[in-house]
Amino acid sequence: MAGSTLEIKDLHVEIEGQEILKGVNLTINGGEFHAVMGPNGTGKSTLSSAIMGHPKYEVTKGEIILDGENVLEMEVDERAKAGLFLAMQYPSEISGVTNSDFLRSSINAHREEGDEISLMKFIKEMDNTMDTLEMDKNMAQRYLNEGFSGGEKKRNEILQLMMIQPAIAILDEIDSGLDIDALKVVSKGINEMRNDSFGCLIITHYQRLLNYITPDKVHVMMQGRIVKSGGPELSQRLEEEGYDWIKQELGIEDETVNA
Amino acid sequence: MAKKAPEVGEYQYGFHEKDVSIFRTQKGLTKEVVEQISNYKEEPKWMLDFRLKSLEQFYKMPMPQWGGDLQELNFDDITYYVKPSERSERSWDEVPEEIKNTFDRLGIPEAEQKYLAGVSAQYESEVVYHNMEKDLEDMGVIFKDTDSALKENEDLFKEYFGKVIPPSDNKFSALNSAVWSGGSFIYVPKNTKVETPLQAYFRINSENMGQFERTLIIADEGSSVHYVEGCTAPTYSSSSLHSAVVEIFVKDNAYCRYTTIQNWANNVYNLVTKRAVAESNATMEWVDGNLGSKLTMKYPAVLLKGEGARGMTLSIALAGKGQHQDAGAKMHHLAPNTSSTIVSKSISKHGGKVTYRGIVQFGRKAEGARSNVECDTLIMDNESTSDTIPYNEIMNENISLEHEAKVSKVSEEQLFYLMSRGISEEEATEMIVMGFIEPFTKELPMEYAVEMNRLIKFEMEGSIG
Repeated sequence: MAGSTLEIKDLHVEIEGQEILKGVNLTINGGEFHAVMGPNGTGKSTLSSAIMGHPKYEVTKGEIILDGENVLEMEVDERAKAGLFLAMQYPSEISGVTNSDFLRSSINAHREEGDEISLMKFIKEMDNTMDTLEMDKNMAQRYLNEGFSGGEKKRNEILQLMMIQPAIAILDEIDSGLDIDALKVVSKGINEMRNDSFGCLIITHYQRLLNYITPDKVHVMMQGRIVKSGGPELSQRLEEEGYDWIKQELGIEDETVNA
Repeated sequence: MAKKAPEVGEYQYGFHEKDVSIFRTQKGLTKEVVEQISNYKEEPKWMLDFRLKSLEQFYKMPMPQWGGDLQELNFDDITYYVKPSERSERSWDEVPEEIKNTFDRLGIPEAEQKYLAGVSAQYESEVVYHNMEKDLEDMGVIFKDTDSALKENEDLFKEYFGKVIPPSDNKFSALNSAVWSGGSFIYVPKNTKVETPLQAYFRINSENMGQFERTLIIADEGSSVHYVEGCTAPTYSSSSLHSAVVEIFVKDNAYCRYTTIQNWANNVYNLVTKRAVAESNATMEWVDGNLGSKLTMKYPAVLLKGEGARGMTLSIALAGKGQHQDAGAKMHHLAPNTSSTIVSKSISKHGGKVTYRGIVQFGRKAEGARSNVECDTLIMDNESTSDTIPYNEIMNENISLEHEAKVSKVSEEQLFYLMSRGISEEEATEMIVMGFIEPFTKELPMEYAVEMNRLIKFEMEGSIG
């Protein structure tokens, strides 16, 4: 198997003393696209933030392992350099820092000192990638996410993904707030990443994204756990029938964590 | 790794060269010291009288009871005049080697090649190096140290000297008027545009030595000029005083920008009076960066005297451990349709204190005048503080005044976002801080922006964790 392997074992996560994840198990191999679906409030975004190491989320039990390395012992930037990437649902705005300066710093952070990307190469790659994502060129010189529309922010996250080329990416509700045209463009970008070493975890509560990006595996999350896994047919069934049949099957009354 | 973390330990700008001074007064401030300075400089009688009268003013006036803490400032423990070498130099070759070494480390020769139209670099209290490009001379622009201007352009000098900031303005303008030495004198003739910035570097390089430069700029009708001064100072243990006076006249339709980056050692009291008069449709811009010093009290002012005059102050202040930056701006709208903008960016860290103190005044004649004030503060940790003290005086009903103040911290979310792309916490913090002051740095000439960024990086060292 080419690429990296991210293993999540019995992961328990608290935020401000409240347990949100109650034992998540998931393994993503390079070359695989996984989708985690589920209604709102079931812990999907917590899972993505915890993998990346957001300081608000406290892992109380379990393991996250990337290629045999203990991710939980790494700082956020070390996780990124080890090959993880999180496309965020709500990316921060940073005034005074241009998008292109930020992107170049990010790329260089992944490279050895003395092996920084040349400016010309960087500009060329960024131009090409922005074309793919149908982004306005002046977005390179705008301040990072400042005044970006919802759709522009999402495209910008995918721009970073495509230029940083991580081993494993987590896309947290990358489809929310996108109209159908933007969704197609973003999906095109993500599909271009597909190869036999890149692993991807797509978090969404709509099936529609998966019409454009076909996952290899689909997982349903409820009450802070993965309660059902299957192939692409599982997301199809969710699209047609909703989540109620799973709740019935598993005897779940309220799917959210707070229950 | 993208960038190498700044090395901990030696502070690049904290070096000092051997003292090569050949004449200095004894410590303390007396009538004799003032006479000595004036005699030594072979000044005309009127200047000696002016100095002595100012000294009396200084004795009479009380210490300011507002702003920063001046209790440890001991006027008797300061040397008021030091002359480093015989005369002002015109060419780089003639500059003494040790002084050159100091400048070398500040990167002056390189900067000169690219950007300088004329250099007057102040070493201790005297301008030792002065170089003016021939085309400036051809244009009739006068750019020299203030002492030489007194000798060589006495009539022009006398017409403007002390007219915007009289000795009696405040205790420190009185002090400067009594013991001033060095500084720049600039006269730009009517309708003359000076395209490249005129620059001067200032340094204090002798323990306990005060620096009292006096700068006078006259931008005649329809002219335009940009003056840039940058300061770095060696770090010394005992207190030092910098008390400059800067007077600027911007005549009808003229434009003047005055850019300062000051990075005084952490023991320096930086008490500066800066004021400009802007006549009809004139524009005066202060771009003012305050780093370092123990205490800075500085409020660049513009008297908007002529109809349609414009004033701007764009400033940043950074205060670290044991430092207080009490800085701001003053805009006096004295004529119709005048406008002003104040943008103040402050950063406090490691228990530092930043205060924005500003005045916007609309006089009775200020029909249709408008002003916009924006104060942003970035507080790096819980020990550091910030205050905003705006004062508005409005004597005319038909004006517009906007004031916006914002205090922020480096947010967890921003750090998480940048770090999730592989950027280290240190670099991420630096990026956020640099972004915060970007509205300031983008206004600087290129090599100053580079130096500024470098200084901020040094200052930010160890600001995290």
